[in-house]
Amino acid sequence: MTETITQLAGLLEPVLGGVLATAGSAGSPAAAGAAGAGAGPAAGPMWAALIPGLPILGSVLCLLYAVLGIKNKLPAITTVALLAASFVLTAVLFVNHNGQPQVVHLFNWFDLAWGTGKGEHLLAGFAYYIDNLTLLWMLFVTGLAALIALYSSEYMSHDVGLGYCRFFGAFNLFVFSMSCLVMGDNLLLMFLGWEGVGLCSYLLIGYFYTKPAAVAAAKKAFIVNRIGDLGLVLGVMLTFVVFGTVEYAKLFPMMAAGLDGAGRPVADWVTWVIPALLTVGAFGKSAQLFFYVWLPDAMEGPTPVSALIHAATMVTAGVFLIARLYPLYTLDPDLRVLTFVAWSGAITAFWAATIEMAIFDIKRVMGYSTISQLGFMFAGLGLLSPVGAAFHTFTHAFFKATLFLGVGAVMHGFGGQLDLRRLSGVAWMRGFGLVGVAMLIGSINLSGVPFTAGFFSKDMILAQGFTTPNSMIGGASWVAWLLLITAGMTAYYTFRTYFRVYAGPKEFVPGDDAELLDLGRHPKGVSLDEWHKQHGHGHGHGHGHGDHGHGGGHGHGDGHGHGTDFKSSGRVDFDPTTEEFDPHPPGFAMKAAIAACMVLAVLAAGLYFVKAPSLAGSEHGGWVGSMVHNSSAALHVEGLGDAGKAVEFRGASHTTQSFLGLDPHAVMYYVSAGVGLLGILIAAYLHGPKGWQGLFIGSRTVAATSRADGLANLFGPLTTAARNKYYVDEIYNFVIRVPLLVLGHVFHLIDKLLVDGLVNAFGRAPRAAGNAARVGQSGVLNGYAVGMAAGIALLVVLAFMAMN
Amino acid sequence: MSMDVLMTLGQGPLPAEMGPVTLYHYLFVSAAMFCIGLIGFLTRRNLIIMFLCTELMFQAAGVALVAFSRFHLNHTGETFVIFVLTVAAAEAALALALVVLLFRRKETLDGTSWTELKG
Repeated sequence: MTETITQLAGLLEPVLGGVLATAGSAGSPAAAGAAGAGAGPAAGPMWAALIPGLPILGSVLCLLYAVLGIKNKLPAITTVALLAASFVLTAVLFVNHNGQPQVVHLFNWFDLAWGTGKGEHLLAGFAYYIDNLTLLWMLFVTGLAALIALYSSEYMSHDVGLGYCRFFGAFNLFVFSMSCLVMGDNLLLMFLGWEGVGLCSYLLIGYFYTKPAAVAAAKKAFIVNRIGDLGLVLGVMLTFVVFGTVEYAKLFPMMAAGLDGAGRPVADWVTWVIPALLTVGAFGKSAQLFFYVWLPDAMEGPTPVSALIHAATMVTAGVFLIARLYPLYTLDPDLRVLTFVAWSGAITAFWAATIEMAIFDIKRVMGYSTISQLGFMFAGLGLLSPVGAAFHTFTHAFFKATLFLGVGAVMHGFGGQLDLRRLSGVAWMRGFGLVGVAMLIGSINLSGVPFTAGFFSKDMILAQGFTTPNSMIGGASWVAWLLLITAGMTAYYTFRTYFRVYAGPKEFVPGDDAELLDLGRHPKGVSLDEWHKQHGHGHGHGHGHGDHGHGGGHGHGDGHGHGTDFKSSGRVDFDPTTEEFDPHPPGFAMKAAIAACMVLAVLAAGLYFVKAPSLAGSEHGGWVGSMVHNSSAALHVEGLGDAGKAVEFRGASHTTQSFLGLDPHAVMYYVSAGVGLLGILIAAYLHGPKGWQGLFIGSRTVAATSRADGLANLFGPLTTAARNKYYVDEIYNFVIRVPLLVLGHVFHLIDKLLVDGLVNAFGRAPRAAGNAARVGQSGVLNGYAVGMAAGIALLVVLAFMAMN
Repeated sequence: MSMDVLMTLGQGPLPAEMGPVTLYHYLFVSAAMFCIGLIGFLTRRNLIIMFLCTELMFQAAGVALVAFSRFHLNHTGETFVIFVLTVAAAEAALALALVVLLFRRKETLDGTSWTELKG
């Protein structure tokens, strides 16, 4: 332990020295900026390479711990320390950054030349491109990673040992990969990170590898992402073919000028084929449109993983990709791909929201909610508001992480119970107060209650939607209307969960991982009465530990102790709805992480009102706006919102759309606030508990039923369909998996009969010949002699014939 | 020397009505012996008889060799026959011993009783 710290300190010493030196020399950003305005981007500080370097070091250390058989929390301590250091370095880098892109070149990774002409030299360095967009992403990636690692140190404590090392090893590897994805200075390094996060996602979803559902979910995520990645690979290849380079620093000027690698204006097909292929990759990773099916299943992974990878960071890689290559997307004068992105984002957002309103699994609600919010981000990109998309990514990262960590605390405390009909009033239970507050803050952010971070970021996308002319993005105002409706639905489903689970009378049924989840028989879809009938007896002992219910249970509090008591005393009349099951409240580490995320989610709202120091020139979008405007994703022209550049680019007139005859920027605050509050009121009426907690319009008194049940029955088949996720998995199964399976069997038959048949025939021929000749071998001496004599006679005859 | 003299292998007086003994006579005897041996070997089942037949074939070859040796007036064939006789003698000792052993095993001299040796 002390050894590690010493090592760490030794490792950090030159770094810290470098930081201080840089801080000293970067006194005049203007001078540095002037220097950076030269031919290429200025060289960045070498210690910036430690931002991805520390996590990969952590990954190696965790592997080492696993080999050494460390049986304590050392992996978690290492991870938290290294990731926190990585975050501090990012922050220092941010503070010292002058707004100009910098490149930190480590070594040449690919250096292949097969000619001397243009486009015959593939050069990709292991180098990091640091600009404002990169910093924006890295700040929340490393910051949240450190916090969630802290949370995981407690959440995963049942698995201390090999599993703990495995978890944190993959966790570190993920942060490294994500850093490469975001910071890579060329498309190949970005692709390395892209595949790396996919791998880590696979490893962490399948963390509980003894659970068939988790293994299946991991495979599903991996395979769906492969399909998307095919598009990405083709896009990167075509980019190289057309532009002759994969380095951002060389690509951006070419894209901005609309010239290809040979200096000619880019062909028309380039302007839509390459972005379309890249978009397929982005959709796969960010779970959009046809590719979303893997994300809800990914909730099988441990909750911290869901919070970090499948809500806050990895799934925003698609948003990052499009924002990073925005000059490429805006090359097309008709903006075909961006129109597609806008529509598919809005449709995904709406589609996922309808599912969320019906399902009961609170973690799955969060999963679909992530899909829906990612839809908002993609719609933002498509509606020419990269600022809105980036801002929403940023705020969403914090409030969704808060929500996930809160849900994780509930799972942790109630034995993996996730059904919102079996939990009520959690916020009032001992030790869960903070979780309740965090969930409330996360929920108001997600719902877009005025003056929250989520309100400002979502509003920016909505306002832009009504501003962007329909002539540029086909049906932009329809997209915006769809998003506005979805925003209301978002508020409804978010507070549906909040009113059902966190507010109201205290009531709960503990989950039972060991008996139900592990066997893949999650009690979803079973009514409470039925559940009591089936499991009404002897359930005191069964409560597992969240999604990690593998019976370990050491290191937990009294809640688990009770379980043992029930078991040993042989009580079979345990009523799971009473408080004799002692919920296990989150401990210090979990509470600290939840609180930090919550505070950050609140503070993120303030970003709307401040600007990044050293950045000038934009009055729109606050801090994120000033960051994005100073990066490759910039589109800004004064007075026109984000659409400005594109308008100018197309030579179109500066007309903007309106929202019902009003200026969208002026009224959208009130409209989106109204829609959000309306959604909350509907949720309060349908699901809110009786009294002030339900805003005096709720009527719920028990956990299991509410006014919404009648409404659900009214819609009958529609509700059932939504509850079953519109049978999309089944349709995919039928349309894709079954034909593939049949095709596989056909090929198997062909292989068996034709290919194997031929090969086996060659093997069988000598055997058959031998069998035929076997009859000649009688064992009778005279028989052989006859053969010999006949043979000689034959030879003699032949010899005679030859002679004559 | 005339061709007639060359074809005459016998020495001393012969009955005049029979004519001289020529190479063809020796070769005919040799071929006859070989055929008798071959047919005997192919048709008989008694191991000793079969062995005798092989010896017969051996000696048929020997007769032909000696005849040719005399015909060509050199000693190559005769020398070869001396060696063949030596080998045949050794082989006879070995083969008869084997036959005795085989007989002890099965109490019969029938060669077909050993068909299991076909493997």
